[in-house]
Amino acid sequence: MGKRKAVVSLRECVACGCCMKVCPRGAISIPKGIHAEINEELCVGCGKCAKECPAGIITLEVAEQ
Amino acid sequence: MKQKKKWYDFLWIFSLTYLILGFFNILFAWLGLLCFFIPLIIAIAKGNKAYCNKYCGRGQLFSLIEGRFGLSRRKDIPKWMKSKYFRYGFLIFFFLMFFLMLWNTYLVFAGTKSLSTAVTLLWTFKLPWHQAYHGTVFSEGVAQFAFGFYSVMLTSTVLGFLTMVLFKPRSWCVYCPMGTMTQLICKARNVTSSQK
Ligand code: SF4
Ligand code: SF4
Ligand code: SF4
Repeated sequence: MGKRKAVVSLRECVACGCCMKVCPRGAISIPKGIHAEINEELCVGCGKCAKECPAGIITLEVAEQ
Repeated sequence: MKQKKKWYDFLWIFSLTYLILGFFNILFAWLGLLCFFIPLIIAIAKGNKAYCNKYCGRGQLFSLIEGRFGLSRRKDIPKWMKSKYFRYGFLIFFFLMFFLMLWNTYLVFAGTKSLSTAVTLLWTFKLPWHQAYHGTVFSEGVAQFAFGFYSVMLTSTVLGFLTMVLFKPRSWCVYCPMGTMTQLICKARNVTSSQK
């Protein structure tokens, strides 16, 4: 079974950075000010970002291998 | 690996002080221009939203208040509020109101209109704010702009507070005009830079 990872709905992201601030692994960055990017290597699927995102657009999904 | 607090994690103190100072002396409202120009300069020069992502004291204030008092229902924001129509529409509305405010300031500068020592909340309600006005050595227009700008800041704080309670702590960031505008600038910059 694959591990769960955070996935951002890029089109809806407002690039506010709330997710970035709460990620305990520092897995999120917003390199160009357009949307958040998740580093799948670092993400442990804790779901903190999803809880915090004011737009509610982060989901945890099982990464297909 | 909880990130260590950096100096900029305390900028909420600035946002709070700003609101308080404006209650006692409206001329401090001019400082608010910093929250207007810094995000724009960062977006234009650097092409990112570092202001929102790191420095914005208002965003910090909302998450802090909510963290301390647990005021938010922590519900998802309704779909229409995060739609592009609403976000861009609100940005346009906000700017129209902003220009109206500038126009009023101009009229006071020009002497056609007399200074109104009130703060307008939600573009509608006039709150008497005489306590914050102690005269100015400059033109009265300088004070009029301060009242106008403070109105903008207070209005957005009230709206942000409402949506903080109703939805998530930083729901304001979804439709914050500064946030939307800096994101648009970043998008525009990115289109042009990828065409190079
Ligand atoms: S799920 Fe947890 S580890 Fe993964 S990006 Fe979100 S906050 Fe970071
Ligand atoms: S919190 Fe949500 S809207 Fe904000 S940057 Fe992260 S994914 Fe985007
Ligand atoms: S969206 Fe607005 S309130 Fe939120 S961090 Fe950016 S400038 Fe601050």
